[in-house]
Amino acid sequence: MTRYVLKRLLLTIPVLLGTIFLVFTIMSLTPGDPGTLILGATAKAEDIAKLNAEFGYDQPFFARFFNYVGDIVLHFDFGESYRTRAPVFDEILARFPNTLRLALLSMVISSAIGTFLGIYSAVKQYSFVDSFMTVMAMVFACMPGFWLGLMLMLLFAVRLQWLPVSGLENWQSYILPVVTSVLSGAAGTLRLTRSTMLETIRQDYIRTARAKGASERTVIWRHAFKNALLPVITSWGMGFGASLGGTIIIETVFAIPGLGTLIVTAIRQKDVPTVLACTLFLSVMFCLIMLVVDILYAFIDPRVKAKMK
Amino acid sequence: MEKEKFLEVRNLKVVYQTDAATVHAVNHISFSLARGETLGLVGETGAGKTTTALSILRLLPERTARIQEGEILFEGNSLLPLSEAEMRKIRGEKISMIFQDPMTALNPVIPVGRQIAESLILHNEQGLSRDAIEELVEKSLEMVGIPASRKGEYPHQFSGGMKQRVVIAIALACNPDLLIADEPTTALDVTIQAQVLRMMKDLRERLGTAMIMITHDLGIVAQICDYVGVMYAGEIVEYGRMEDIFDAPRHHPYTLGLFGSIPDLESDARRLTPIEGLTPDPSNLPSGCKFSPRCPQCRDVCRQKAPDIWQNGQHRIACHLYSGKEAQT
Repeated sequence: MTRYVLKRLLLTIPVLLGTIFLVFTIMSLTPGDPGTLILGATAKAEDIAKLNAEFGYDQPFFARFFNYVGDIVLHFDFGESYRTRAPVFDEILARFPNTLRLALLSMVISSAIGTFLGIYSAVKQYSFVDSFMTVMAMVFACMPGFWLGLMLMLLFAVRLQWLPVSGLENWQSYILPVVTSVLSGAAGTLRLTRSTMLETIRQDYIRTARAKGASERTVIWRHAFKNALLPVITSWGMGFGASLGGTIIIETVFAIPGLGTLIVTAIRQKDVPTVLACTLFLSVMFCLIMLVVDILYAFIDPRVKAKMK
Repeated sequence: MEKEKFLEVRNLKVVYQTDAATVHAVNHISFSLARGETLGLVGETGAGKTTTALSILRLLPERTARIQEGEILFEGNSLLPLSEAEMRKIRGEKISMIFQDPMTALNPVIPVGRQIAESLILHNEQGLSRDAIEELVEKSLEMVGIPASRKGEYPHQFSGGMKQRVVIAIALACNPDLLIADEPTTALDVTIQAQVLRMMKDLRERLGTAMIMITHDLGIVAQICDYVGVMYAGEIVEYGRMEDIFDAPRHHPYTLGLFGSIPDLESDARRLTPIEGLTPDPSNLPSGCKFSPRCPQCRDVCRQKAPDIWQNGQHRIACHLYSGKEAQT
């Protein structure tokens, strides 16, 4: 097991390198250089060139890429922001907890709701409740997050004034952003749980359990649920990834000082070090969560555990 | 000679209702079984054998299957009107079932010992302690020839034959009065088949369990059954003691067809004589005798009228060939 975890951790390195390379390339293909960006287009050409040299921007593409990766690996230095000239890492660290809190809350709540309702739907297949939830899940899965966020904001914050419009001052301010991402996240989990659960309760071993005289509740929770859980856990992990990405939209809509808003402003200002570092951070989070998911597999399914050598 | 009726199925009719069609899976079958006896239900795939078995346990798929007519009496009590909770007390404790495919019949994420213990815990009327139950689990594993030390292992760590032994151990855990074995050896290779059969025979003798053996293998029937019902298209076309089916002069043409489909070491025939054609579509059964389209001795009357039952002692045949004829002795 320890060997497996170590192997997986090592495997994240190429993934992260690939991610950096991709984002680095894309950012290099866009026009503009840090000197012009900071000093403005009207500045003297030699000042701009001097500043560019300071950022190492005068060097060729691969040299810049390897310098960047080298700095991270050797000095844990993510560079400094073109905009504030402050180390990027500090800014990320200040904002990251907000994003993490939002993403975790959304993931936990949407997984719990989605899984539970999915099981209920599957057990009561073709009932009114099942059809109703299917329709609702479709509606929320299709609804764009920013639109849903704005509508919720309009209703609960502007009209009814029950909740704050934006920012993150107190716990009430978490409600709207979390609800926005939970609604679409839970919809996906619900559909997936329902279908895997339906498949599981048609399995022979479920009939074996019934033939033993097990009650319906035992059959569902003891026999079916654990077997149906594997794909569902994956969807929890994917849900976390989605809410990390989704925070970009939700944080923008609700003006939350998190990684999402940071990355959006950074892209707009072509603040390459910030964009790179934010992306890297989000990828690391995603890789770790997927690793946790894979380890959870082993605890649920002995067949998976046997393979994890 | 009236048998003491321990299980009696009377005039059972089961249909599967789907949007597209009504499938007539079991059509008015009746049979009975005394304590400690074994009945073999033989027939091709789709003859309604498994449906009959699942009806007795009331485990038919809820949404589609319906028991339209008939009665199932177990120890004199009708099973069909029982509530789900009352039925659960019977399942596993009084009547239990061995399912066809041992590969899928065990829950992959629960250790086999726990799966055996489950039925003991569910039917624990004597209030056995946890240790006593563990001991029973170990005993039942050893009874089916698996070392008790393997109780903590998961199904994927066992071979097919071993899994079937576990399935049998689960079914026998509570010493049921009636054991329904649905093709218990079909998924196993021949050497394991023989082992499992011998084991089931031993267990039956030791525990005095009545058994319904569902199979399409006449060899198994010859080894283990006291009575045989030959099923075709949801009907029992021939029924009798094992000797009646194997030795008596008169048979249903379908039974003859079944025997013609197995190789005989003594005859010189170079080819088998299989039954021509396919089993009829159960959503669109032929009128008259259901076997008439495939029957080599089919006459006009067979296509028009369902046959009466010819009876000789306990030997019953539903065929026009013998209608009106006196029983030979």
